[in-house]
Amino acid sequence: MGKTLYDKIWDMHLVAQAGTDNLIYIDRHLIHEVTSPQAFAGLEEKGRKLRRPDRTFATMDHSISTKSLALDACGPANQLQLRTLMENCEKFGVELFPVGHKKQGIVHVIGPELGLILPGMTVVCGDSHTATHGAFGALAFGIGTSEVEHVFATQTLKQGKAKAMKVEVNGTLSIGVTAKDIILAIIGKIGHAGATGYVLEYAGSAIAALSMEERMTICNMSIEAGAKAGLIAPDQITFDYLKDKERAPKGADWEAALACWQNLKSDADAQFDTVVSLTAEDIKPQVTWGTNPGQVVAVDEPIPAPTSFSDAVERTSAEKALKYMGLEAGQKLSDVAISHVFIGSCTNSRIEDLRAAAKIAAKGKVAAGVNAIVVPGSYAVKQQAEAEQLDKVFLDAGFEWRLPGCSMCLGMNDDLLQAGDRCASTSNRNFEGRQGRGARTHLVSPAMAAAAALAGHFVDVRELDK
Amino acid sequence: MTGIIQLRAKAAPLNRANVDTDQIIPKQFLTAVTRAGYGKHLFHDWRYLDLEEKVPNPEFELNRPEHQGSEILLARENFGCGSSREHAPWSLTDYGFKAVIATSFADIFYGNCMNNQLLPIALDNSQMDKLFAAVDADPQVQIEIDLPAQHVRVGEHSFAFEIKEHHKYKLIKGLDAIGETLELVAKIDAYEQQLPAWR
Repeated sequence: MGKTLYDKIWDMHLVAQAGTDNLIYIDRHLIHEVTSPQAFAGLEEKGRKLRRPDRTFATMDHSISTKSLALDACGPANQLQLRTLMENCEKFGVELFPVGHKKQGIVHVIGPELGLILPGMTVVCGDSHTATHGAFGALAFGIGTSEVEHVFATQTLKQGKAKAMKVEVNGTLSIGVTAKDIILAIIGKIGHAGATGYVLEYAGSAIAALSMEERMTICNMSIEAGAKAGLIAPDQITFDYLKDKERAPKGADWEAALACWQNLKSDADAQFDTVVSLTAEDIKPQVTWGTNPGQVVAVDEPIPAPTSFSDAVERTSAEKALKYMGLEAGQKLSDVAISHVFIGSCTNSRIEDLRAAAKIAAKGKVAAGVNAIVVPGSYAVKQQAEAEQLDKVFLDAGFEWRLPGCSMCLGMNDDLLQAGDRCASTSNRNFEGRQGRGARTHLVSPAMAAAAALAGHFVDVRELDK
Repeated sequence: MTGIIQLRAKAAPLNRANVDTDQIIPKQFLTAVTRAGYGKHLFHDWRYLDLEEKVPNPEFELNRPEHQGSEILLARENFGCGSSREHAPWSLTDYGFKAVIATSFADIFYGNCMNNQLLPIALDNSQMDKLFAAVDADPQVQIEIDLPAQHVRVGEHSFAFEIKEHHKYKLIKGLDAIGETLELVAKIDAYEQQLPAWR
């Protein structure tokens, strides 16, 4: 029987049997200020070394201001966390991209940007959106702080193997429909916990046609369906993206890598535990209406009635979500007014995302009463956007142009919403309180977010293109 | 750390699905650099009416007098979904919970429980219905958990639960996972020696 891409990467990384578990090798360990301090402290308490600082890379992203480069801009607790990361990186010899550094940015934006993430690698980070890196055909997943400490000390992790699910998307996307809409449609179809216990492999002609940045958007939200990781087999688009990236292999090493990567795809006779199929032509711009990413509809569809769910638990969840969101069944999202727009996050803050949003922003002005911010994913994205004068487009339209970081995706800094605020957000989670206590989050693509900013309510971007 | 073997305790009912890690412990408490002291912030947004945590929300299940001192938490499907923050199990154990019984768990949260001596038990929805009903009928009812035998008992009901052998072993023995792996250091060395340059 053939092997899946997941099987192949798994087999490449098996170090040993550890009891009834497997010990797998970790090629890249990305860290940030929030989930690493207790792991460093654990190493110190036990007098252990960090085994491979050369495979460990640190950035500041979650707790930082997007208005100031000062570490104390968001208060003493955030400052302590950032200083602790600096001290730990210094002490243990880990390369750090601090605030203000030309390579700083959201951990899942800078890793690929620097060419640190390669096909066939295992990549971990104390962050659930590590799944992003699966776009390169790397097995990438989020871990807890105890596991961060385990990787520090051993460069390995004890793991059980997950089941494999293939998610096929065939066909051609309509104009105005993006990678974000594909992944929201997938989560809407399989559910918020539909992929729990699985590693996903995205395949099909609509996936193969996507750019690397679009593929990252898809893989990023694998966790929002409960998946351990999401994978896309590497191809010429992947290789072209990586070629000549700063940290990517060069010369003979590149050739050797390429030879290995050519084989990194599921065999034709590989068996998946589950297969799900979607047709690209059926996917429309998506907007979430509830408090988990699976509670989503197309922008031209009404909000479903809780009674339409046959499952009692789903019905109750829908009732609670509508109450929290201040919405009613049957309402059209295009009638719902918004107060805020957030364009950013590890899901949608790369240059292509900003270009898509700027293209819409150039058509008008941010509506009265709407506060809209654009937060590039990294220093490099910010520089590129400014070179293309996208910052001017946003500023002229009335958006704020900020410094790179995680920002309002989770509001660990001061980019927070108030109770009752309603936000069109390009981020990945619409959980209760995620962007601020009592705040209401609707997940959308960058183009949909920009269009909502101008209109003051959700609009179907396909109408703007006519 | 001491291991979990048997537990006999009352349970607090949180009859909700998709209880995410942002609800278990909101982001403003993730700026700490230690593992201790998260229990007072557990379920902050649901539990308190104010940001200063001085006014408990009387509507919130865990705030009811009869549920004080519960060591078991009951919930529905996809408990612990969302972020990888280990602060979630840290806050549950610091509050006093030793086990969470739910319809299903998110993968990362489930793994994090194993490193924190917090026992996650998955039962099906009809079994959860019976547990919720038992606690509803008598909030003081004692729920018995036997990890080696993989049983949950309440009144006349007895439910078997699944747990992987290595997870069970770890919860019972309370092992130092890193110390155990470091015993395999020769294998890690050998693995690294054969790695191609590009990796």
